[in-house]
Amino acid sequence: MCSRFKETMGFALASSGLLGATGSQAEYGLNFVEPAAGVAQEIYDIHMMTMQVSTVLLLIVFGIVFYSLYYHRKSKGFEPDQNFHKSWFGNWSWVIVPVMVLGVDLTIASKADAVLKKVWVVPEGEKLMDVKVTGHQWWWEFDYLDHNIKVESRYIPQEKSEDLYLREVDNRLLLPNNTKVRFLHTSADVLHAFWVPALGFKKDAIPGYVTETWADLDREGVFRGQCAEICGTWHSRMPIVVEVVSQDKFDNWLEEQNQIKVAALAEASAGKTWSKDELMAKGEELYNTKCAACHQVSGLGLPPAFPALKASPIALGPVAAHLDIVLNGKEGTAMQAWGTMNDLEIAAIMTYERNAWDNNTGDVVQPADVKQAR
Amino acid sequence: MSTTTLTHDDAHHHETPTGWRRWLYSTNHKDIGTLYLLFALTMLFLGGASAMVIRAELFMPGIQLVDPDLYNNLVTNHALIMIFGAVMPAAAGLANWMIPMMIGAPDMALPRMNNLSFWILPAAATMLILSFVVPFFPGGGTQINTGWTLYPPLSIQVGMSMDFLIFAIHLLGASSILASINIIVTLLNMRAPGMKLMQMPMFCWTWLVTAFLLILVVPVLAGGVTMLLFDRHFGTSFFDAAGGGDPVLFQHLFWFFGHPEVYILLLPSIGVLSHVIPTFSRKPLFGYNSMVGAMLAVATIGMVVWAHHQYTVGMSLGAVTYFMIGTIIISIPVGLMIFNFIATMWRGAMTFETPMLFAIAIILMFTFGGLSGVMLAVVPADMQYHDSMFVVAHFHYVLMPGAVFGLFAGVFYWLPKWTGHMYDERLGKIFFWTNIVGFNITFFPQHFLGLAGMPRRIIDYNVMFTEFNVLSSFGAMIFGFSHLLLLYIVISTIRGGQKAKARAWEGADGLEWELDSPPTFHTWEVAPTIK
Repeated sequence: MCSRFKETMGFALASSGLLGATGSQAEYGLNFVEPAAGVAQEIYDIHMMTMQVSTVLLLIVFGIVFYSLYYHRKSKGFEPDQNFHKSWFGNWSWVIVPVMVLGVDLTIASKADAVLKKVWVVPEGEKLMDVKVTGHQWWWEFDYLDHNIKVESRYIPQEKSEDLYLREVDNRLLLPNNTKVRFLHTSADVLHAFWVPALGFKKDAIPGYVTETWADLDREGVFRGQCAEICGTWHSRMPIVVEVVSQDKFDNWLEEQNQIKVAALAEASAGKTWSKDELMAKGEELYNTKCAACHQVSGLGLPPAFPALKASPIALGPVAAHLDIVLNGKEGTAMQAWGTMNDLEIAAIMTYERNAWDNNTGDVVQPADVKQAR
Repeated sequence: MSTTTLTHDDAHHHETPTGWRRWLYSTNHKDIGTLYLLFALTMLFLGGASAMVIRAELFMPGIQLVDPDLYNNLVTNHALIMIFGAVMPAAAGLANWMIPMMIGAPDMALPRMNNLSFWILPAAATMLILSFVVPFFPGGGTQINTGWTLYPPLSIQVGMSMDFLIFAIHLLGASSILASINIIVTLLNMRAPGMKLMQMPMFCWTWLVTAFLLILVVPVLAGGVTMLLFDRHFGTSFFDAAGGGDPVLFQHLFWFFGHPEVYILLLPSIGVLSHVIPTFSRKPLFGYNSMVGAMLAVATIGMVVWAHHQYTVGMSLGAVTYFMIGTIIISIPVGLMIFNFIATMWRGAMTFETPMLFAIAIILMFTFGGLSGVMLAVVPADMQYHDSMFVVAHFHYVLMPGAVFGLFAGVFYWLPKWTGHMYDERLGKIFFWTNIVGFNITFFPQHFLGLAGMPRRIIDYNVMFTEFNVLSSFGAMIFGFSHLLLLYIVISTIRGGQKAKARAWEGADGLEWELDSPPTFHTWEVAPTIK
């Protein structure tokens, strides 16, 4: 139980459940977060405009209704005006009212139309940085298409993330400040939606579609959001964290990522035969990041949606069938194809799955085996 | 009709069937109306119970009561039960009871079909409940974790409970279509001699439009879910991109039904308001003609703006601009309706019995929900609001006042007519206030949650969203339990109470108030003549 909740409860009890206006109020938002991009600012402004127009209209309607409720009541001896609907106003209100509403509509629509064009259409003929955003059940994949770097981004369990639980990820989406970024959205399985409020937009990730959005980043900082389209069991565990940094910092980070990538590739393709202990250690780490969301750290899964791996016929059965499911996924279920991982990673995970949780098959899957099966 | 057949019929009609036969074999519009209303009341509590579990789970951050799939299943079922099980049957119940009495007809035009259209419902509800229960049995597959929108590909992953749900939707749709045909035929053919269309009571008008909407859009939903069924079992790929299909197609089909559905839920309650407000303002409805016109406009425009529920799927600029303008335009006829209600109250002599209290609350809160609807219609801003708790707050502000409170108003308004007893006005007012206060505490804070960045349909949330969720759940408990009072009031009014006069309300006007309270088993066997 987090301390924030206890505070709230104490506060709520103290004020008998009424909405108070002290203490913790400053921490939680009543409105959109501060925009971090030009397009987000436009969206923020149109939101404020429509909200103000709506509030004024609401006050007018409330005012008229409450006036009427107070004065036109039987207990005050008010005699009903049986001819009100036959007055000139009664005869022409069906024109007057729509014209007035149309005026409000046009005010909103014309402003909205201008903003829409800017937000919706990705600028042409300009240099944009392309980031492909792929939704998976239940993690995000970010491809820096211009830099050939790929980042996998997953939620962090509560023990480690504490107060940022469900708002923090292991690998953030790093972006350079003062850049125009084009996001290309797609999905590997079901619908997801990319939503970082500070960037201003939300876009569905749809399998078979590539949709685009863009943002002209103008502020450094860490901006948090999460998946907004229901995507199954762990829809709540798909946070997105965008970190906008200076160009220098971003370049350094790119360099770092490249080195890590090169090292990993070298390791995987070294043709080395790995010991069981090495594979088990690597496998446990990888399994707990990539597989445990569904199959659980305990290997017990969450049946019937996510079968157990402990004592499962697949993990105990022939290596080839096991390998096939890991590489190609299983149709009609949430099990996706994991063939994008390198040979070493798959070998390590499989070795781990076949020997952890008392599975003890003693099988050691080598990267070479995986390579052959591809 | 010749005199001989009339006497012949009379002989049959005056023996009232008793016991279970009276209900199971019923062709009497009043009995079928009662069945519809009782069915809806049962479903209201089922749907309400699932909402209570949802709010209890969201009371604090973390996962406490249910697992995520069960949570998503409850979200799905709450919506489907409330829409198809509670609101639509309740509106059909009011229609069955009131339409023949209001237009001076002896019964609905197609009494046996009327029986069928009701008795399909319990079967459909069983199917719906089975879809919820089946996963708890061994081999029952996974739970429906898609939300009521059933978007593929997620709905393809679900186990056999999705098939139960698809068939439940087919049955519910068939029932609505049959009821709609009946209502249209009745209204067009069975009006008392001399009653022109433009003299029909407004409740009849709203149902005439609703019935046409239902017949137009329900088959589209049926088609959509059938395609889903084929994708799931027969190897088609209507919605599977890998097979050349299109996941977004389902969304278009669904919302082509789903948006007019909003008006299907709303219009009958608008009809109820058109009787309640004049009665308690003691002056006729302001702008009858413009009301009919506005309603037709809402229905027509409402048919062609569905894609505002899916702005974020990546449509072209031209398409979203069209859907945005179309949606904003709907505020014109809806605004005119609200204006007419306010103008009916204006310079009237109001009293504030429970139906009128609900009517006033509807005007205020529906206006609020409508204005947040205009905000949502604006595409760039919707890119933020979409699929957030702001949307949840918005549509509950539209559908609770717009549909459910209208039905409550109708029940309190006509309960004396149906039962022959006045309900306890003091209890009615207590119910109103707890209900309204609970409702607002529940849903008003959700606007802020959405703006601050909380998506809808999540079981677990970050601590930054705690405060408003606590408040919302707290309100939901008041709101939920207040309905037990409704149940008590309805039961005690059926059992007894102060005798109601034929014209139970001083300012009430219309043919139904010329009949006894309660009306005899058969009414208007000789049609009244309209001047």
